[in-house]
Amino acid sequence: MAFEGLAERLQGSMKKIKGKGKVTEQDVKDMMREVRLALLEADVNFKVVKQFIKDVKERAVGQEVMDSLTPGQQVIKVVNEELTELMGGEQSRLNTAQKPPTVVMMVGLQGAGKTTTTGKLALHLRKKHNRKPLMAAADIYRPAAIKQLETLGKQLDMPVFSMGDQVSPVEIAEKAVAEAKEEHHDYVLIDTAGRLHVDDDLMGELDQIKAAVKPDEVLLVVDSMTGQDAVNVAESFNERLGITGIVMTKLDGDTRGGAAISVKAVTGKPIKFAGMGEKSDALEPFHPERMASRILGMGDMLSLIEKA
Amino acid sequence: SKTRESFVGAMNELMMDYRTVDEEFFEELEDILIASDVGVNTVMELVDELREEALRQNIKKSVDLQPLISEKLSELLVRDEQETKLNMQEDSLTVILFVGVNGVGKTTTIGKMAQKFKNEGRRVMLAAGDTFRAGAIEQLEVWGERAGVEVVKQQAGSDPAAVMYDAIQSAKSRKADVLLCDTAGRLQNKVNLMKELEKVKRVLTREIPEAPHEVLLVLDATTGQNAMTQAKMFGEATDVSGIVLTKLDGTAKGGIVLAIRNELDIPVKFVGLGEKVEDLHEFDPDQYVHGLFADVIEREEQESS
Ligand SMILES: Nc1nc2c(ncn2[C@@H]2O[C@H](COP(=O)(O)OP(=O)(O)OP(=O)(O)O)[C@@H](O)[C@H]2O)c(=O)[nH]1
Ligand SMILES: Nc1nc2c(ncn2[C@@H]2O[C@H](COP(=O)(O)OP(=O)(O)OP(=O)(O)O)[C@@H](O)[C@H]2O)c(=O)[nH]1
Ligand SMILES: [Mg+2]
Ligand SMILES: [Mg+2]
Repeated sequence: MAFEGLAERLQGSMKKIKGKGKVTEQDVKDMMREVRLALLEADVNFKVVKQFIKDVKERAVGQEVMDSLTPGQQVIKVVNEELTELMGGEQSRLNTAQKPPTVVMMVGLQGAGKTTTTGKLALHLRKKHNRKPLMAAADIYRPAAIKQLETLGKQLDMPVFSMGDQVSPVEIAEKAVAEAKEEHHDYVLIDTAGRLHVDDDLMGELDQIKAAVKPDEVLLVVDSMTGQDAVNVAESFNERLGITGIVMTKLDGDTRGGAAISVKAVTGKPIKFAGMGEKSDALEPFHPERMASRILGMGDMLSLIEKA
Repeated sequence: SKTRESFVGAMNELMMDYRTVDEEFFEELEDILIASDVGVNTVMELVDELREEALRQNIKKSVDLQPLISEKLSELLVRDEQETKLNMQEDSLTVILFVGVNGVGKTTTIGKMAQKFKNEGRRVMLAAGDTFRAGAIEQLEVWGERAGVEVVKQQAGSDPAAVMYDAIQSAKSRKADVLLCDTAGRLQNKVNLMKELEKVKRVLTREIPEAPHEVLLVLDATTGQNAMTQAKMFGEATDVSGIVLTKLDGTAKGGIVLAIRNELDIPVKFVGLGEKVEDLHEFDPDQYVHGLFADVIEREEQESS
């Protein structure tokens, strides 16, 4: 029941075309069926898959079969290159304000990992960039959400701005930025409550926060186990708020993580970081090519092809 | 059965316009099911069977294929009415263990369920078995306060198995009817954490041989194919007896539960439809299936009006 990687999936079609000089249209069609299944099993959105297959097909037909590669490997190579490109270059830097503090807003669905990632980013900024961030507790809804951020703050010895849960998140965000200016913090990381993209009131609240503090980054935090719905979520958050980047969390699991492709494809915004665990130091830059081979389920195959 | 009838209803609406059964039709059906996160294997199997059957019986019109589709899909659904019910002990302590990956809604579901049992007149206690995540104990305490039920806890960082031991002793001595046990979220590929969970369960069984009476796996409806592996691994570690499918108030359909039913035979018992205490409902397959095709039905209604 374990997911088959693309390589295994292509075995059959590869055998058929061994020894041919050119990859024919029918070969490509057969193989594309397998590519489609592999991507769907990896949770890439089906509409994104459709477009992707169309693009790859055009590139793959009529290619000379290279001596060093089987036609199947060649198709994998093309698929992998296109996927990597679709996910964008490596970017793990946050936008910075011309005049500090840089304001970062964390947004996303319930339980995606916003609060945990807020702590991770704060630590990352201090450790890697020698910055002095302030975390702001603007989730007044979830039980003990403020306590959660404060506990992280204590563990990391990182200041947390909070005003309890009887003050509006907009006001908390504004006051946090004011405090940061006064206390010379160069970053303010605003943790917001999880919300559904279809919850008009709560999405409106994010709008208001954004208008009030004019963030330099609006980071959409996405659980990498998300399925087909990832496109709806990312599209809604992006249209409503204009996100500036994405963080994929829980990549320490065994999910294929096809949601990464979906969210990138529908928003066009860069995936900046990968969450790799529950601990505060488990944040890494996002590597598009690693993600591509993970989604296709074939680490070894790719290193083989790269040598060819 | 009721499920089957309503499903037929949904399919009727889906195929209102007497379409020809061609490749495009099957592809659309595939897309609908895949968009709902029904497992790819399950969808492909299902649609392939339908293709063959259509060919064999020379079925040309979608309406003629529809009973077949209904039958196939309802086979994947609830098999008997009792299976959504919890295994409650009427005159002794019932212990329910909650397990699942990070952030799916375990603690929230416990809070909702505590209130539900309280309303039924039962004495409820909660066990704060997540000693790891920042603020997890406090979160459960808020839910305990809301429902007016006692929370057994130790300090953050202590051994969850020890918390469970304490909790079951307190529950016995206070003559509680139900003990709801929270655990820390963990990804199913973390071997040590899964071992820890097995130990937590063993402690419960050692104190009461039939306990836990239910092991509920909490799944987030937004989750895609990975939910299958979750069900498999948590099932192996803790012998899961039922699923709580949360966050169905969003646009995700959680269709992977069909594949889980198909491959692992674990029934859905409850669904979460929001963050409030009243947002927990018994699983209603009728409503669920209708939800799978809701978008299509809406679209067709718009087109035909
Ligand atoms: N394994 C793993 N767990 C993570 C990661 N990021 C977050 N988590 C866990 O996911 C769960 C939810 O994380 P939170 O940070 O509370 O999520 P949130 O988005 O703030 O949740 P709400 O505020 O309720 O919307 C917690 O158990 C975290 O420990 C990650 O990268 N890997
Ligand atoms: N919209 C919606 N949100 C939900 C539902 N159930 C839980 N949530 C939210 O999901 C987030 C995570 O819920 P928790 O109960 O903390 O999840 P958990 O599984 O205990 O998380 P960890 O202990 O960190 O693994 C919170 O923001 C909840 O309010 C639901 O049915 N619908
Ligand atoms: Mg949070
Ligand atoms: Mg919890």
